[in-house]
Amino acid sequence: MSAVVSWARRATLFVGFVFLYAPIVILAVMSFNASRLVSVWGGFSTKWYAALLENEQLLHSAKVSLAAALTSATISTLLGLLAAISLTRFGRFRTRFLFFGAVHAPLVLPEVVLGLALLTCFVAFGVGRGFITLVIGHVTLTMCFTTVAILAALRDRDPALEEAAMDLGATPLGAFVRVALPQIAPAIVTAYLLAFTLSLDDLVIASFATGPGATTLPMRIYSQVRLGVSPQINAISTLLLALVAVALGLAALVSFRRARRDGQVVTSLARAPDNAS
Amino acid sequence: MSARRRLSLGERLVIAAPYLWIGAFFLAPMALIAKISVSQSVLARPPYRPIFELSDSLADIWAKAQTFTLDSYRALVSDTLYLESYLSSLTIAAVSTLITLVIAYPFALAMARAPERLRPILIGLAAAPFWTSFLIRVYAWIALLKDEGLINNALMALGLITAPLQMFATTGAVVVGIVYSYLPFMLLPLYAALERQDPSLREAAGDLGASPAQAFLRVTLPLSREGVIAGALLVFIPAVGEFVIPDLLGGSETLMIGRTLWNDFFSNHDWPAASAAAIVLVAVLMIPLLLWERARLADEDDAG
Repeated sequence: MSAVVSWARRATLFVGFVFLYAPIVILAVMSFNASRLVSVWGGFSTKWYAALLENEQLLHSAKVSLAAALTSATISTLLGLLAAISLTRFGRFRTRFLFFGAVHAPLVLPEVVLGLALLTCFVAFGVGRGFITLVIGHVTLTMCFTTVAILAALRDRDPALEEAAMDLGATPLGAFVRVALPQIAPAIVTAYLLAFTLSLDDLVIASFATGPGATTLPMRIYSQVRLGVSPQINAISTLLLALVAVALGLAALVSFRRARRDGQVVTSLARAPDNAS
Repeated sequence: MSARRRLSLGERLVIAAPYLWIGAFFLAPMALIAKISVSQSVLARPPYRPIFELSDSLADIWAKAQTFTLDSYRALVSDTLYLESYLSSLTIAAVSTLITLVIAYPFALAMARAPERLRPILIGLAAAPFWTSFLIRVYAWIALLKDEGLINNALMALGLITAPLQMFATTGAVVVGIVYSYLPFMLLPLYAALERQDPSLREAAGDLGASPAQAFLRVTLPLSREGVIAGALLVFIPAVGEFVIPDLLGGSETLMIGRTLWNDFFSNHDWPAASAAAIVLVAVLMIPLLLWERARLADEDDAG
């Protein structure tokens, strides 16, 4: 491989990652700026973080968001698991086409449309909007993602193990719980995390589905952001980014250690020299 | 296995919960807005004339069906705001998808051809922004694009411009926001398609006298077609219905259908009009998906 090509690739990677990360890094740096102005560096300060702790509204909505994310991700993962089982195990049952389509449709549906439809429904049936309707909205939004994530894992695994368990006298349910469930456990965790992050981040569905007293953090951030850049929003954004960074770092560490235990890293390192040449 | 079978009791218990949930909170609401879209707009709350009630007799239902109206759909065609919003959404989404592809392709190629031990780290770094808040990533661009923002300040400090460029609150800013936010969605399928390619195919092209550029155009690019299509759909479809990006980065002249719908629903309270627009939007988005599905089936027929 010519040196020019290899340098071009390094430059591409560099520029690409700068584009992806520079705005986030700049935002984090600005959150420590003592000055209110974006363009003036007024010295290092953590005063915006201190101000966050006194912002009751923001803290309350952070709690609402967290509670909604925990609840909706739990329900959504359970429903996604049941839907994925139905789609892989039950053959071509009647109305499978309708079920399949309805499960996957929210993936491509604009959030504005889903939110509008849900709000219309709540109003038509006289349901008061609040935390419960917020959770309903988020489960409906995230269920397609959890179903798809678990569906892929259920399809990829070897069915022979479960059949062997049943040959050895396990009931279908027992074989599923003891054999299949551990096999797809990583996918279930991924599905839960996906639903959790989507719920925590959602602005559109929440704006339609929630009511007074259950304003979510993205809704607060959004109403502040519409008024312009604010140092407090920089601070809370940085905290949220740091949270995700730590979680991703831990996940990477766990999977790295597991891979090393399984010897995968050793083999990939051993193979690397002939590939790098 | 028979073509259509009945479910056993146990199976019904498993499928009941997800089925009921989708029925109650997805299918029923969608049916409801379809119904509202043919209702007459009234000044009340809810702001449309209810059509059917459980106590209705067949005659009542028939009488009420006579009041169905396509006014909302007619209004969509005659009201230039909606028509322009659709066209502008499709244009903005298409341009953004193209730019995302042009940026993502060399990026994904560089990752796919990096030393094997580095690839998991690179792809992890490329996918990580997906897990961070969408809203915050869009917000980060406001500080960069504003008149007194960092890009304008840097350009003025370098003496390249004398007055700030108007970048914030423009359609261009919306395109930048979409490209930035959806880049990981394009990168991942492209990387998957490129990484799978057998390097010996390129080597064979080289041995047969192809220049690197020819090998790229005639081997690498055609073989990555599926990744390109998947990535393009993953960017284009959500971009068409996008609300947050045009609302935060766009100007008042930036029309996108998600934003128009939102405003009609919350500010104007014209629910029949908003419902009709939503139904049309769903129909518009289904077209590329059906075309893709058809192309995929045709490919499978070719292969088999």
